[in-house]
Amino acid sequence: MMATLLNRKKKVDDLAETAGTSLAADAFRRMSRSPVAIVGAVLVAAFVLLAIFAPFLAPKDPFVRYPELVENLRAGFVPGPQPGFLLGSDELGRDFFSRLLVASQQSLVVGVGATIVGLVIGMTIGVAAGAFGGWVDTALMRFTDILLSVPSLLLAISIAALFSRGSQTTVIIAVAIVSVPIFARLLRGAMLAQRHSDHVLAATALGVKRSTIVFRHMLPNSLGPVIVQATLTLATSIIDAAALSFLGLGDPDPNRAEWGLMLSKSQTYFDVKPELAFYPAAAIIVVALGFTLLGESLRESLDPKNRR
Amino acid sequence: MALLEVRDLTVTFQRKGSAPFNAVDGVSFDVDPGQTVGLVGESGCGKSVTSLAIMGLLPKRGNRVGGTVSYEGTDLLTLSDRQMRDRRGRDLGMVFQDPLSSLNPVIPIGIQVTEVLERHRGMARKKAMVEAAGLLDKVGIPDPTRRLTEYPHQLSGGMRQRALIAIALAVQPRLLIADEPTTALDVTIQAQILALLKELVTDSGTALIMITHDLGVVAGLCDEVNVLYAGRVVEKAERHELFAQPRHPYTHGLLASIPRLDGARGERLNPIRGSVSDNIPWDTGCAFAPRCPNALEVCTQVTPPQEDIGGGRLLRCHNPVRPGTPAVEEVSV
Repeated sequence: MMATLLNRKKKVDDLAETAGTSLAADAFRRMSRSPVAIVGAVLVAAFVLLAIFAPFLAPKDPFVRYPELVENLRAGFVPGPQPGFLLGSDELGRDFFSRLLVASQQSLVVGVGATIVGLVIGMTIGVAAGAFGGWVDTALMRFTDILLSVPSLLLAISIAALFSRGSQTTVIIAVAIVSVPIFARLLRGAMLAQRHSDHVLAATALGVKRSTIVFRHMLPNSLGPVIVQATLTLATSIIDAAALSFLGLGDPDPNRAEWGLMLSKSQTYFDVKPELAFYPAAAIIVVALGFTLLGESLRESLDPKNRR
Repeated sequence: MALLEVRDLTVTFQRKGSAPFNAVDGVSFDVDPGQTVGLVGESGCGKSVTSLAIMGLLPKRGNRVGGTVSYEGTDLLTLSDRQMRDRRGRDLGMVFQDPLSSLNPVIPIGIQVTEVLERHRGMARKKAMVEAAGLLDKVGIPDPTRRLTEYPHQLSGGMRQRALIAIALAVQPRLLIADEPTTALDVTIQAQILALLKELVTDSGTALIMITHDLGVVAGLCDEVNVLYAGRVVEKAERHELFAQPRHPYTHGLLASIPRLDGARGERLNPIRGSVSDNIPWDTGCAFAPRCPNALEVCTQVTPPQEDIGGGRLLRCHNPVRPGTPAVEEVSV
């Protein structure tokens, strides 16, 4: 009798166990079926691989002025493609193609660096505001309001201009600060929603310490929107960094290969050789597009409203 | 001496721009060690707020809690946040209504069980894991070591509630508050969970406060029942007495409104008319009067006092149901 009862109990439990898939697994499954996500992922993967292996892929040294190109440089003429130089010369007689490839490194470093710095600062503010609430929350959020009230590029320009000499680090800092208020607000909102959730109440009812509640129960459940935003921020960071370089607020070293700087230098030669502007611009657009597509499809697939 | 003495517990919601509202209004009851006490009433009668007030889980802002809640002689309401945190989980455990949303979805069950052991017993993670497997086994979760590594969504509803009960009882609190622990489960699982709760509290001598709107749960589990209406206890009785002879028209109505399988075909249900929002303030009369079939003129003019009617029963009514009135009145079809 007891055995059959236990058996029946087990059966009921087994039947009831039509467990759903986890959100992460579900999101991945949905992304792998979405053409938009695949295009985004391929573009991003190509860009990252290119950036890592650029020094080996570049056919020529990007920093050397090749005599065979330099001797053909004339006012109003920049040598075009020729054997050994796929896209011809840049305005100083260096291999344009190799420079274009190597420049991807700068974009990757600045994009990822700025996003990480922005994430760290933004998340610290967001966690503090969401965990403490009250006047801490109010003070921090008014601070982010101030940052948000200035148009993002203008803010980045102002911050970059504060440094007497531009460098890669100053560009990263300037671009990162622009993304800080967005991360802070997103995380704070998600944390506040978690604060009143059942499982946080349940953990509180067990006497769990406040720090444990914040870092184990509230924070991990609030990261979804932040991850999506980080992917999108990679795109805007790359664009903003290029814009700063274009405006001359980046590293002033003219030897440096960087898409924004290349665009800026190409202006003088726009009538003569528009490719000098076209290729770096296209590179920025394609990379930004890749991250945006990936981020948007990540957002869509993580949206519980789209779950089936 | 009672384990928990709740005296004149009053919770007032104070919201900007609206009059203060007493969600719980002078509720008193005792819980003896090992005893199961039921708090029964429909949605909005203040039963959950009572449990949150005892646990000290009501948000500070906008709520005022009055009266005393003494646990072994210490008034829990006067303790500091830190002292109260040390007691929650260790002296007082709580099981909530919705087992899925009460578990953290992003960390494995094991961490959530060991968390409370690490917190209150100071156990190391490894040792706590072994203990946790034993706890899951005790609440009837098969293959506990595997389950410890799984996430809440991988468990069935019944298993999740079992896990929550295991967590609540991990440090063997002397008092467990169960707030509608079976409402979110389907009927087969409900019975299992109730049987499990009963077994566990009997074995360990834990006192249980059972909060429910389901009189079936009360019948199966509680020693003593407090029926709440609009924040006050309207009737309090030992379980058998209450079912055999409800005296308050509200209790009577609750019992009469349960559909019966053995009733005649075509028999109408006997609902209590109106809803909880159709009440008058307690200080002008009886809050239940507008819905009460027994209401007299005095009910809307004088607040009924709580009276001891003998046999450990308390009643708050001007015109109680006479003993012997059938639970289901004849309804002509």
